[in-house]
Amino acid sequence: MITLTLKEQPVVPLEAEVISPDALGALASDELRAQKVFLGKRQYRLDEFFEVEGAGGDELEIRGDARQVKWIGRGMTRGRIKIAGNVGMHLGAYMRGGTIEVQGNAADWAGGEMSGGLIRIRGNAGGQAGAAYRGSLSGMRGGTILIEGAAGMEIGMRMKRGIIAVGGAVRDFAGLQMKGGSIFLLGGAEIRTGAWMSRGTIVCLKPVQLLPTFAYACDCNPTFLSLYARHLGTLGISVPHKTQDGAYQRYSGDASVPGKGEILVWQPRP
Amino acid sequence: MTMLRITGGKVYDPANGIDGVVREVCISDGRIAATVDGGRTIDATGMLVFPGGVDIHTHIAGAAINFARAMTPEDHRRAHPFLHTPLKRAGVGGATPSTFATGYLYAGMGWTTVFEAAVPVLTAKHTHEELRDTPIVDKGCCVLMANNEILLDLLEAGEMERAKNLVAWYIWASKCYGVKAVNPGGVAAWKWGKDAKTLAGSVEGYDKVTPAKIISSLAQIVDDLGLPHPLHLHCNNLGAPGNISTTLETMKVLEGNRAHMAHLQYHAYGGDDWHTIRSEAPAIAEYFNAHPNLTADAGAILFGDTVTITADGPWQHLLYKLTGRKWGNLDVENETGCGIVPYVYKASNLVNAVQWAVGLELLLLIDDPWRIFLTTDHPNGGSFWRYPEIIRLLMDVDHRRERLAKLPPKARERTVLADLDRQYTLSEIAIIISAGPARALGLSQKGHLGVGADADVVIYDHDPDAARMFGSPRYCIKSGQIVLEDGEIRETPQGRAFIVQPGYDEGIEEFLRPLFQQYYTMSFDNYPVELERIARPELRPCL
Repeated sequence: MITLTLKEQPVVPLEAEVISPDALGALASDELRAQKVFLGKRQYRLDEFFEVEGAGGDELEIRGDARQVKWIGRGMTRGRIKIAGNVGMHLGAYMRGGTIEVQGNAADWAGGEMSGGLIRIRGNAGGQAGAAYRGSLSGMRGGTILIEGAAGMEIGMRMKRGIIAVGGAVRDFAGLQMKGGSIFLLGGAEIRTGAWMSRGTIVCLKPVQLLPTFAYACDCNPTFLSLYARHLGTLGISVPHKTQDGAYQRYSGDASVPGKGEILVWQPRP
Repeated sequence: MTMLRITGGKVYDPANGIDGVVREVCISDGRIAATVDGGRTIDATGMLVFPGGVDIHTHIAGAAINFARAMTPEDHRRAHPFLHTPLKRAGVGGATPSTFATGYLYAGMGWTTVFEAAVPVLTAKHTHEELRDTPIVDKGCCVLMANNEILLDLLEAGEMERAKNLVAWYIWASKCYGVKAVNPGGVAAWKWGKDAKTLAGSVEGYDKVTPAKIISSLAQIVDDLGLPHPLHLHCNNLGAPGNISTTLETMKVLEGNRAHMAHLQYHAYGGDDWHTIRSEAPAIAEYFNAHPNLTADAGAILFGDTVTITADGPWQHLLYKLTGRKWGNLDVENETGCGIVPYVYKASNLVNAVQWAVGLELLLLIDDPWRIFLTTDHPNGGSFWRYPEIIRLLMDVDHRRERLAKLPPKARERTVLADLDRQYTLSEIAIIISAGPARALGLSQKGHLGVGADADVVIYDHDPDAARMFGSPRYCIKSGQIVLEDGEIRETPQGRAFIVQPGYDEGIEEFLRPLFQQYYTMSFDNYPVELERIARPELRPCL
């Protein structure tokens, strides 16, 4: 295992996309310490910012408050990154495989355009988790993002496949322009949820203010949801799906696109 | 005085009848000289020496390409980055490279002169500012005229003499070099939600003005003004299945005048709809071969991501509807419009496969390489830095057939590319990338290595893979200065800007001023581009 301990908080965000099992896993200790990170436009060695211990293997642990460290796990395909504290923007962007676990909070764009793997954030996440970068046609194309705390704006924007589950409340525009995949909002959402969504499923376990372009369709307990619930259950997320517990109100939209997406709002049985 | 001698290289200089002859090329003070005494010597033994490339039709500067850049951040993220160095400015490559990167990329593959093909007068200042920031290459531009409503009003009224003065004034006001016509009448009609699909039909809002009248009038005006480059024409019905009839009709309208047919590939289709589209390159080539008043650039396409950008607003709206992707639309007041749509050409797509074949067919079926030039209508058919891929397709019939075999069977049935055995020689390549376009632009000092010519020289290491060879020259020399050596940019001089000043009756300003006050958002006095705004202007004579 490789352990990276942040020496001190960088004055401006440090761009450290090299921190991934793919880039560091096969390097000898000297090479590993000499890897390049960017502070603004200037290049530095990795060991100028981190105490580096260990070498080899596909497991990394990052200690210290890395809220100013961006792009950790960018494009990673394998292995595991454990972040003991907070982490900066673009965590696991373009990630294709492996696991990232954050004990603290993550900043914006966690899992941006990821296509595989698992990101678990124990604290809160910023906005645009699993979203498309500006201008891109599609956001997340696969994989799973689990956020145990709250999340910011535009989570899952233009996502095409994959799962995002948020335990706390999310802010505006969850699932904006969503094209597929599933978002589970366990702690409620602010406004404009699912705006311009064309496909995909947003599951809300708390009442949510919907746009007028979503039309009520029916009450139901979709079969697929029990499969998702079973899968999420193995990841520690509980999603109700049994008829005796309640039903989901299905709203279809967004009619302004016009879209064929759905928002399922849980109605517990009294 | 900078002196340079290139020895031992095989020289390809078709304008001077030199075809792969080992001889010395001498450079003195930025020009080709008969001899030099002193200075650096480049030993080019085993290498090929060409005149610098000339791009007759590209979109690299101005409001439209900048809009395209802004619309495609996703392309910039995956593009080659240009990091800031003490010599070079930072930038990005990709489908729409940033200004400085554009200069580095062109010089990096041996092109030393480029022509921005579409400049509205209203945004010409912006264009020239960006050209100023496009280093190394010499440049020029064509001003958009065929949908200018003041000009169309004059054509409606039959005031040809005043129309001629107006065009001449516009050329000088925009500090341009030639006149471009895009979808004549169609862009003006687009402002009413219409298009101009037939040459004989009246343009929306006019009775007597038809696309045919606009085309013939502008071609006549350009010839009467003696501009070095003929009317640069983007025909009506670009991209539409069955548009061959419009293209042939347009060519007939142009009989008796000079004209340059821009991106001819987009105008050479048969069929009735997208499902029945087929190549009509043989018919176009047959007519073209028999009419020496015409030149053309290929506008070939290459498979992959790009951004389409043209003043042809209605076409771009159609493309947006077809793709469902992003769409940008600009209305340039009374002058023209513009549409921008990111696009992916797919080999598996029947229409795209036919387009790919048509571009190559035109280059292979048009007999005279002095009249058909290599372009992709950058960035519409593919980025300019992919030209070497087309060169390989032209020079290597086996490679071409290998690529063709991977296209949908229907595309192979509807094209004739499989039957074409022609392979371009190195000399012919030198013509279509340099000597030919230079001649068509009327740039007597470009495109050749005769004494007195601009010392724009490219030296390639010989490589059996033409794409690799033309994609990475060993040296690029611009005006006698080595700007590229061993694949690295060494110098970034400011190139010249070619402009013309055709004669006009100065009374035209008094005619225009009140119209301006009435219709434009800009004051008349702020409208023309000041000469001081142009970096290294070079006034070229009219014929």
